[in-house]
Amino acid sequence: MGEWMTVTDPDLSSESKNICQYTSETKMSPSSLYSQQVLCSSIPLSKNVHSFFSAFCTEENIEQSISYLDQELTTFGFPSLYEESKGKDTKRELNIVAVLNCMNELLVLQRKNLLAQENVETQNLKLGSDMDHLQNCYAKLKEQLETSRREMIGLQERDRQLQCKNRNLHQLLKNEKDEVQKLQNIIASRATQYNHDMKRKEREYNKLKERLHQLVMNKKDKKIAMEVLNYVGRADGKRGSWRTGKTEARNEDEMYKILLNDYEYRQKQILMENAELKKVLQQMKKEMISLLSPQKQKPRERADDSTGTVLSDAEEDAGELSRESLWDLSCETVREQLTNSIRKQWRILKSHVEKLDNQVSKVHLEGFNDEDVISRQDHEQETEKLELEIQQCKEMIKTQQQLLQQQLATACDDDTTSLLRDCYLLEEKERLKEEWSLFKEQKKNFEKERRSFTDAAIRLGLERKAFEEERASWLKQQFLNMTTFDHQNSENMKLFSAFSGSSDRDSLTVHSRPRQKKPHGVSNGSPVCTSKLTKSLPASPSTSDFCQTRSCASEHSSINVLNITPEETKPNPVGREGTNQKWSMASRPGSQEGCYSGCSSTYRNSHVEKDDLP
Amino acid sequence: MNFSEVFKLSSLLCKFSPDGKYLASCVQYRLVIRDVNTLQILQLYTCLDQIQHIEWSADSLFILCAMYKRGLVQVWSLEQPEWHCRIDEGSAGLVASCWSPDGRHILNTTEFHLRITVWSLCTKSVSYIKYPKACQQGIAFTRDGRYMALAERRDCKDHVSVFVCSDWQLLRHFDTETQDLAGIEWAPNGCVLAVWDTCLEYKVLLYSLDGRLLSAYCAYEWSLGVKSVAWSPSSQFLAVGSYDGKVRILNHVTWKMITEFGHPATVNNPKTVVYKEAEKNPQLALGRLAFPAPRAAASPASTPESKYEIASAPVSLQTLKPIADRANPKIGVGALAFSPDNYFLATRSDSVPNAVWIWDIQKLRLFVVLEQLSPVRSFQWDPQQPRLAICTGGSKVYLWSPAGCLSVQVPGEGDFQVLSLCWHFSGDSLALLSKDHFCLCFLETEERVGTAFGRPGDHT
Repeated sequence: MGEWMTVTDPDLSSESKNICQYTSETKMSPSSLYSQQVLCSSIPLSKNVHSFFSAFCTEENIEQSISYLDQELTTFGFPSLYEESKGKDTKRELNIVAVLNCMNELLVLQRKNLLAQENVETQNLKLGSDMDHLQNCYAKLKEQLETSRREMIGLQERDRQLQCKNRNLHQLLKNEKDEVQKLQNIIASRATQYNHDMKRKEREYNKLKERLHQLVMNKKDKKIAMEVLNYVGRADGKRGSWRTGKTEARNEDEMYKILLNDYEYRQKQILMENAELKKVLQQMKKEMISLLSPQKQKPRERADDSTGTVLSDAEEDAGELSRESLWDLSCETVREQLTNSIRKQWRILKSHVEKLDNQVSKVHLEGFNDEDVISRQDHEQETEKLELEIQQCKEMIKTQQQLLQQQLATACDDDTTSLLRDCYLLEEKERLKEEWSLFKEQKKNFEKERRSFTDAAIRLGLERKAFEEERASWLKQQFLNMTTFDHQNSENMKLFSAFSGSSDRDSLTVHSRPRQKKPHGVSNGSPVCTSKLTKSLPASPSTSDFCQTRSCASEHSSINVLNITPEETKPNPVGREGTNQKWSMASRPGSQEGCYSGCSSTYRNSHVEKDDLP
Repeated sequence: MNFSEVFKLSSLLCKFSPDGKYLASCVQYRLVIRDVNTLQILQLYTCLDQIQHIEWSADSLFILCAMYKRGLVQVWSLEQPEWHCRIDEGSAGLVASCWSPDGRHILNTTEFHLRITVWSLCTKSVSYIKYPKACQQGIAFTRDGRYMALAERRDCKDHVSVFVCSDWQLLRHFDTETQDLAGIEWAPNGCVLAVWDTCLEYKVLLYSLDGRLLSAYCAYEWSLGVKSVAWSPSSQFLAVGSYDGKVRILNHVTWKMITEFGHPATVNNPKTVVYKEAEKNPQLALGRLAFPAPRAAASPASTPESKYEIASAPVSLQTLKPIADRANPKIGVGALAFSPDNYFLATRSDSVPNAVWIWDIQKLRLFVVLEQLSPVRSFQWDPQQPRLAICTGGSKVYLWSPAGCLSVQVPGEGDFQVLSLCWHFSGDSLALLSKDHFCLCFLETEERVGTAFGRPGDHT
């Protein structure tokens, strides 16, 4: 605007100065430009302008100034400040509306210009910084260019040097080659010369030898002689034979015989090797066929056109070749058939394996969530189960073996027999009888005890009910309280429930297993015994649970035991049991010992409780 | 392990009889026959001059003593001590003498290889074979003793003649495609004859017994060629050691090379076991030395005891820089021997003189390397089992078997420098020869373990 003003009115220096000042002001704080502008434009500027215009326009020259302004404005395309004169003579009157409009327009214009100026200035700033940046870049690039140019020059120099060197080396190589050629020629010539010389020398030497030979041999040298006390016989005892044509022929024959033998031997070896290899091939083929036959249908259906004939061929071949008679044939057709069929089978196998590989990779890509893939957990569980089963079976086998051995021992005693053994048996029998009577006594005692036990059991049953209730409430509380050990608790609960629900079954299993397990469980109710029991009975979950629960919640054990064993617990004296094993095995099919061994530790608990029961 | 006392010996002439009962040794002009077990002298023969060569006949009944300087061969009988035979080659001179396989003929090579005289002990007959070639290994008998191959040189060409040993009849005569034949060797089965050319050219030719050329093998040209050749006992392989430091194994079916064994100075394969002989710290040995006899203790004072250490994977062996401008440079594979069971091949590369390479023939790879402290003089396989005896000219004998290695000090006054050794055919004992003494080393440890225990040199 300022410029525009100066252009329009160059002699109004004060105004231009003011504007310059104004612009400098704006430059000083570009951020507050708008507000300032507003300020400037609204109040102070108007005042200023007023004061300025007062200088421009005074009381005296209002008319002139108005007309001047009118002129100026009209030249700039504004409407005239004067009203349209009706008559020519009438003095034109100032149109206030037009003046105001003009002023407004001017103000708007000024605002616009200010905005534009601002934009231009920011752009200018931006461009200035861009310029700086570009200049920097330019400088950098120039530097780079310089360095790369230098580098290039260096490389060129090096290249030149290398080329020079290369040329030199080529030259040298050429020279060397020439040298080698020359030397080779020399060697060759020397070699020929040497050979020639050698031959000459050798001829001379031969001549000399001949001469010497004549000299030494022809002269009847008395010295050349052999003194022997007496001639010895030949090593083979035969007499020497004259050399005749016959012997010559015989020698030839023998030589050929030896050679033939050697060849035959080698042929045999090779044949053997061949047979072996053929066998291997045959077997391989068979295996391949058996391996491929299940999925043979598929590929044939799929690609009947391409491989169908091949397959059928292969099968035919297989049929033919499997005939034993053809095995030993080493004729070419059979060999070819065999190798061809093997090759075909191999190709099929290879493609099949590749297919499988692809499938596997696909499965890998798809992840383990596939339906047909067994989840790992399941798998592990299954294996665990199987392992347990195996363990159980092993234990079973062991006990059976032991039993068998025992039986055999007793049986064999009769069979193989000897008086000695009989004596032993008699002795043993007597001892056993004694023990038997003792046992009977004990049995009676036990019966008594059992009765009291049953009483106690009934009482305990009642107690148990109460306890069950209590426990249920406790469990509930626990369940509510403990969220972190939730799983464990629930498991425990499950176990408990299983146990209490199927106590009959438990007692049965406890009953039967240890019986097979035989004596070691009997020794005493030590933890060793129980651990063994747990080992031996892993397959039946309820019993294992039984042990677990007992170990983890020992306070319940008394109830449990009493629940299980109202009629079986006839505690034999512990020390006695060890000696009586055999007898009890044979005589008592019910076998309390096993039960005893199984429950011995728990029995202790019950025993302790029993004291205050009756 | 146990050692006999030390006996006198001259010019390393000590040989077990082929039947294993006797041991012949020479002291100057005396020939001493001992019983192998008791080492008592059974016979003592006196020759006319210093003996230079002895050889048992195949049936162990006779022994010949050659005195080359005099051109004389004397033959002694073990059964009849009074029996004697003297062969005089007269002015023709004598350079070599050997038995024919039947033990009734003696083949004498005259000086300048003018001829070979075949003397018979059964009849008065004398046969001559003209034109024998003067070479490294010119006469070869088949293992069964039926045939003899002889290298000949006629009209500047090499020939091979095959004779029937029973009546010395010429069976085949053929010329060989060699420049300058260097040696011939029958395969143990007696059906193939290997012929190799002089070291100036690599050429191995294989001839059938009937004179047909089966195959010719040439590994490379324009360089020094074959240095040593050995057949495997099964006749399956022919190992050819050459001046390029490699052993090439040819097979008996196609006569092509199946593998080549290089002898690099560094062993990189970690699968190969490298046994390094190391001097034992004398302070460590003191505790042991205090106990055994002082006689035994005296010898290690001069030569420290040694033991084998297993070196880890990349092992560099001591190499010898060959002198290029001398004849017979110390390079190439100079010694080769198959173990009697065909499983192993022992080699020595002359440029790595301290090492013995043992190759596994089944797997065709390097199995073991033994590096000694001094250059290996000779090695020989136990005839009965894969066990290798090595001597280095020191006072120790070294034994290797697949189970491990052993360094044994030879007890005795002074220094017993083992220059050569030879096995008894049973593999129970080993004759150790020094410059002027020899002793026997007994290896059957079961019976003698009590006496052998605590010997100073006995450690693995």
